[in-house]
Amino acid sequence: MAMDQILDGLSEVSCDVLVIGGGTAGPMAALKAKLKNPKANVVLLEKANVKRSGAISMGMDGLNNAVIPGYATPEQYTKEITIANDGIVDQKAVYKYAEQCYSIIEELDSFGIRFLKNENGDYAVKKVHHIGTYVLPMPNGETVKKAIYRQLRRARILISNRYMATRLLTGTDGRIAGAISVNTRTAEILVIKAKAVILCMGAAGRLGLPTSGYMFGTYENAANSGDGYAMAYHAGAALANLECFQINPLIKDYNGPACAYVAGPYGAFTANNEGARFIECDYWSGQMMLEFYNELQSGKGPVFLQLNHLHDDTISEIETTLHKVERPTRGLFHEGRGTNYREQPIEMHISEIGFCSGHSASGVFVDEFARTTIPGLYAAGDMASVPHNYMLGAFTNGAVAGTHAMDYADNTDFADFDAADVARERDRVMAPTKREDGVPPNQIEYKARRLVNDYLQPPKVTRKFELGQRRLAEVRDDMENRMIARNSHELLRALETQSIVDCADMAAHASLYRTESRWGLYHLRTDYPEKDDDNWFCHTLLSKKDGKMSSEKRAVEPYIVPIADDEKDLYDKQRIRASA
Amino acid sequence: MPLASYETSVPVVVDDAKCIADKGCTVCVDVCPLDVLRISDLTGKAFMAYDECWYCMPCEADCPTGAVTVNIPYLLR
Repeated sequence: MAMDQILDGLSEVSCDVLVIGGGTAGPMAALKAKLKNPKANVVLLEKANVKRSGAISMGMDGLNNAVIPGYATPEQYTKEITIANDGIVDQKAVYKYAEQCYSIIEELDSFGIRFLKNENGDYAVKKVHHIGTYVLPMPNGETVKKAIYRQLRRARILISNRYMATRLLTGTDGRIAGAISVNTRTAEILVIKAKAVILCMGAAGRLGLPTSGYMFGTYENAANSGDGYAMAYHAGAALANLECFQINPLIKDYNGPACAYVAGPYGAFTANNEGARFIECDYWSGQMMLEFYNELQSGKGPVFLQLNHLHDDTISEIETTLHKVERPTRGLFHEGRGTNYREQPIEMHISEIGFCSGHSASGVFVDEFARTTIPGLYAAGDMASVPHNYMLGAFTNGAVAGTHAMDYADNTDFADFDAADVARERDRVMAPTKREDGVPPNQIEYKARRLVNDYLQPPKVTRKFELGQRRLAEVRDDMENRMIARNSHELLRALETQSIVDCADMAAHASLYRTESRWGLYHLRTDYPEKDDDNWFCHTLLSKKDGKMSSEKRAVEPYIVPIADDEKDLYDKQRIRASA
Repeated sequence: MPLASYETSVPVVVDDAKCIADKGCTVCVDVCPLDVLRISDLTGKAFMAYDECWYCMPCEADCPTGAVTVNIPYLLR
């Protein structure tokens, strides 16, 4: 059949603003760019299909970080995220999000997405974080993608599905010039010239290997293979704090959230094998994950999410949410295991590692306007460096990026680029299809990700990292010289494998650079077990310099919301003390 | 190096009697985030061509005739 055949073709189009990634941030960025200048051309490029792509392909149960007047202020939220992220935060971007997210909630509401209200008609916000109250359930959360898609059609955004972006084009003057992409079903190359480009390509979620051994059983949507991180790196953009890995507490084997944010406000809690609580707060932070890890190692594991003490009606309500939205196959999984929330606790485990600023802080460096370090290149959502920003952060910062990028595009012309860059990239992309003999991408991917688990998972040991880098270099050599792709679907996987290996190299490099421990389990270095504020109270920026990976320090911007000395370590006190 | 194929039991199952891919429907193939479903040349029906599944459910939820069932991949079950 025609699908998946390899066709050798190349075409070129141009637009004012190119948005890459149609999950959460991308559609909002495209929408806002188009609304800012309805005459301009906005293209939304997506590797899968915008209708069902990204982390929220099946919707979301609620907002995890809603700053709603009457419940929280932008100052409180900025303070909480600063403390949760061990102080390494440029507060301007977090504050801007906190100020603007309420208007995005109202806008989503006008799209037909409902948010839980109490009998007085106020938003029914719930407490999950350590200090403040920010969690707002979405009763029809399964409709999010459909509601957004309707808006995209109405605004006449040009949607190109099944195109995987592979590299950015930069102009001879250093500005962004566009992107090169490949059709995932025909292998035809599409060059898109653009005045501004917004990267919204999600987390690097296919980095570590899930303990089940199933390569696509990842926490993140497995399509999120870190392509955005790799593209930003090769274009010369800076990436921030990549050593602050994402590691999450998940349903063992199923590898999705249990989910404490949904069940916690009803009274569910994380317990050890004695049924005892051991953490103060279920909000996902590196410090909480460290206690979770310690408990698993201590002999008091396994760790469970305990719900069986709750009333039957409460459990039914939790089930309705968990088995309908975000990861609806949770119910099927529990059924297969014979786990009934009324009788058994849910066995939990820790996820594979990844990059994701949605839950931690590892992302392409951006300022409060979503600008990267390359003029005309923007980033938003899980792959941009605004920490702990979740779905609402993706929507809000996507809106910021879209508006600002169109403003930029309106005042600039296309950058000139070297045609040889396109030819070189076409050769690189197609290389696996030209080989007669070699190693298929699934084996190269498996090996790279197995090495990530063996050598790069925290606790981070310098000697292990150095060995890991050597092993990964061998895999890279195979990937660059011996990988084969026999149809266009396999070529898609081959290109994703290249993103995965790039991200593995970045994870190792960034982790070795920061010679201290910070963010709990996310960057726990056994050779440098203490937090070292004197030398490392700073961001680290990783970038490609003269073709080589390089890291440098960047000062944390002066705080606009001061943190008192006795507040700084609130997230370090996660373990419940026996005497408490 | 010579290649061998590696057999797996796939998580997505399509009921051929209900599937209307032979009438032109491509909904499940269109919505899959991992792009692992295809229409068979032999039967004209949808099937899982690649065992690369996130067990996420759009194929089952969006199928107009209820022909698609997503199971938990065997290794996770």
